[in-house]
Amino acid sequence: MPETTDKLVIAGREFNSRLMVGTGKYADYPQMVAALEASGAEIITVAVRRVNISDRNKESLLDHIDLKKYTLLPNTAGCYTADDAIRTCRLAREAGLSDFVKLEVLGDEKTLFPDNQELLKAAAVLVKEGFTVLPYTSDDPIICKRLEDLGCAAVMPLGAPIGSGLGIRNPYNIQIILDTVKVPVIVDAGVGTASDAAIAMELGCHGVLMNTGIAGAQDPIAMAEAMNLAVRAGRLAYRAGRIPMKLHASASSPITGLIK
Amino acid sequence: MNITVNGEAAAIEQLSVQNYLESLGIDPRRVAVELNREILPKADYPGTLLKDGDALEIVQFVGGG
Repeated sequence: MPETTDKLVIAGREFNSRLMVGTGKYADYPQMVAALEASGAEIITVAVRRVNISDRNKESLLDHIDLKKYTLLPNTAGCYTADDAIRTCRLAREAGLSDFVKLEVLGDEKTLFPDNQELLKAAAVLVKEGFTVLPYTSDDPIICKRLEDLGCAAVMPLGAPIGSGLGIRNPYNIQIILDTVKVPVIVDAGVGTASDAAIAMELGCHGVLMNTGIAGAQDPIAMAEAMNLAVRAGRLAYRAGRIPMKLHASASSPITGLIK
Repeated sequence: MNITVNGEAAAIEQLSVQNYLESLGIDPRRVAVELNREILPKADYPGTLLKDGDALEIVQFVGGG
């Protein structure tokens, strides 16, 4: 299957790119726009926040985003209870007129690890309300299975803590999750550099979501391109089927016909 | 009359939600509004008059991961 027909399918919608990127932490809007372009991403995350009533001169994010080109994935970042996350999703749907949400319910400010109990509660309500729920979760196969059973359209286990750049800390768990659920598995959080993204894809993940790994790089636009290539390379390598690892050497050149 | 907007007190004349957003220079297509913790559909902005004591949340999309 050529790369062009290898689509990511989420809730029946097809995407060419398996890289999803955030829109936070950029120096300015032109840098963000150029990085989004270089990443090749088609799904971009956004946050939902109060409008600043007293200072209306600030530019708005949506002034800089071509909505024909990108699918917005509003997040519930900063929510610590199911109720707040549900409220945020309802607002996001009204603001964006799309059912896609990246559901995150955080456990505490220090680790930003998910509160899976609240996450499951919120996911159950949101799926019933017709949302396409993409939950950010621990790399826990049982929680991922529960999320799938509730009707989530994908599961998004973390590779490492949000913004940490530590990479895929537990590839074995990610592999077990891949063996456990049928919905797409998207590694969300922890990617620090291109090889991290490639590793996630080589494991068989269906996509990778990142923000800080690109926006926090010294040259975010170049890193966006690196991530674009890494996700594609990792996917191709996964589909190509890697050789098994073994301890001993195996010669690449014929061992017969040597000169004497 | 007095209302609460995004957690802050505001004194306004009686207006529809649509007119109130316009008075703030907000494009109604770019935001979502909660009135007393219930989502207010965009189609209801022109016909919904604000009342004394109402609490509004007006949100928009910003950069985020």
